[in-house]
Amino acid sequence: MKRRDFVKKGTLSSIAALIGTEVVFGSNMLKGYTPLALQDPDPFKLFNKHKDMVVLNDKPWNIESQAHLLDDNITPNASMFIRNNGLVPEDIDAKNWTLTIDGESVKNKKTYTLQELKSKFEQHTYQLTIECGGNGRAEFNPPAKGNQWTVGAVHCASWTGVRLRDVLQDAGIRNNAVYIGFHAVDKHLSLDPNKEPISRGCPMSKALQDETLLAFKMNGKDIPLIHGYPLRLVAGGWPASVSGKWVNRISIRNKVHDGTKMTGTAYRVPCEPVAPGAKVKDEDMCIIESMPVKSLITYPKSGAIIKKGKSLNIRGHAWAGELEVTKVEYSIDFGSTWKDCKLEAPANRLAWQHFSASVDLPKLGYYEVWARATDTKGNAQPMVLPGWNPKGYLNNACHRIAVKVS
Amino acid sequence: MNKESTFRKQVRRIYHLLMVLFGLFVVTGGSLIYYVNNPGAFDFKAKSEIASITPVEDEDRIENGIHVRTGLIDSEGLMVVVNNCTNCHSAKLVTQNRMTKEGWNTTIKWMQETQNLWDLGGNQEIIVNYLVTNYPPKAKGRRMTLTDIEWYELED
Repeated sequence: MKRRDFVKKGTLSSIAALIGTEVVFGSNMLKGYTPLALQDPDPFKLFNKHKDMVVLNDKPWNIESQAHLLDDNITPNASMFIRNNGLVPEDIDAKNWTLTIDGESVKNKKTYTLQELKSKFEQHTYQLTIECGGNGRAEFNPPAKGNQWTVGAVHCASWTGVRLRDVLQDAGIRNNAVYIGFHAVDKHLSLDPNKEPISRGCPMSKALQDETLLAFKMNGKDIPLIHGYPLRLVAGGWPASVSGKWVNRISIRNKVHDGTKMTGTAYRVPCEPVAPGAKVKDEDMCIIESMPVKSLITYPKSGAIIKKGKSLNIRGHAWAGELEVTKVEYSIDFGSTWKDCKLEAPANRLAWQHFSASVDLPKLGYYEVWARATDTKGNAQPMVLPGWNPKGYLNNACHRIAVKVS
Repeated sequence: MNKESTFRKQVRRIYHLLMVLFGLFVVTGGSLIYYVNNPGAFDFKAKSEIASITPVEDEDRIENGIHVRTGLIDSEGLMVVVNNCTNCHSAKLVTQNRMTKEGWNTTIKWMQETQNLWDLGGNQEIIVNYLVTNYPPKAKGRRMTLTDIEWYELED
């Protein structure tokens, strides 16, 4: 065999080994063309992300934002965090995309094309806060396993789609329906076709809310591939893992959905509080539903030096899962005293709210500006870490920025 | 006699014709099969390809104590970790986590039960020793001091 032929065969078979599937018509592949799966990945170009985004993991892709990148009222794609459990699907065919509604508790199993979904049901647009359940995991002590998110795994984009409720009702919901579970086309890391990287869902009460969408647009455009093109389930206020990407099937279940990442310790916290580092049995772990109250100072970027005598204008966003935020305060003395920020009402339910304040810093020196939000039930963010849990979820401790007066 | 020699001539001619046809068949069929397997073989412009193969640089290069390709710390057991722990997921999932011996063992068990990780045999001890030596937990308390602050003059 000629060396060149050998090299070529070798390349094709190693491509096959790498992407786990034979490259059909591989021998016809253009010279100099590298399949998308293998291109030297510049995630910032690949996903149109801001250069200051932080790559936590490149297989699977997990990329987080930073507080100062989230300053916009409606988060642009460039600043939206990326969370994947599996491999991003390729060759999405939106024209032939279908969504099937099935499950034990569906009256009539039905399949809709994307076009049917768009034309048959009324379309709605909402700004929805989506936060990763593990946002803030990096701070837990003892450390929790998983991607070490700091503060940037949250965004509030504008989503357009049809109500999941309308589609479920069109197929028909039996009286014994308990939960919905989504299925999607992303691939498991092991490339085992019998494994789903993630298949989560929510109780019927959440599935039937006005704001729970089957979305096909984000910020007025087709959803970017990395965020779920062509169809994404969007359930604001709940762990982002409920908002399944690349969805092609939704099952109406007669029990709590038991798909991948619904069971064991995934997206669950101890039903009863535990001491840091405690071992918790699977049966003592409860599914996370609404995310807790939280806020983020998005301006200025931490590290600002201001001249003495000048006041510091701060701003940011606050959200509270299913609830609304009633108050945001700031402190420049590590919580000894708090002052109110100006707080806006949400654009719609489950959208984050914007706050701002003019802060006076009396002396030269180092300060931290801390923000604290309170929800409609009177729950405020803790200044220290909230209850430790084995997987490091739900860290809603106050955000703070460092400031110097010179 | 004449008839016999004519007959023999004809037989020989047919025989030759058949041989030529068979030869043609073998050559065309053979090149067709070769072409299907090596579509570039008759593309004479592609000859320069041989020259363009660059020598593969050492993919397990170590710089400043770090295995460049994966970002893992160069230490005893490195290649066992590279070969067993970076097939399905990125090494970044390893380097951003910190666990005790028990924690790493539990994680391996979980990957074997749910993620198709193979039996590591004697390598498990090597891997776990590498991980607890290089990626042990750090005490963080209830709230860390802000670090790595990039100071800048705020203009407005």
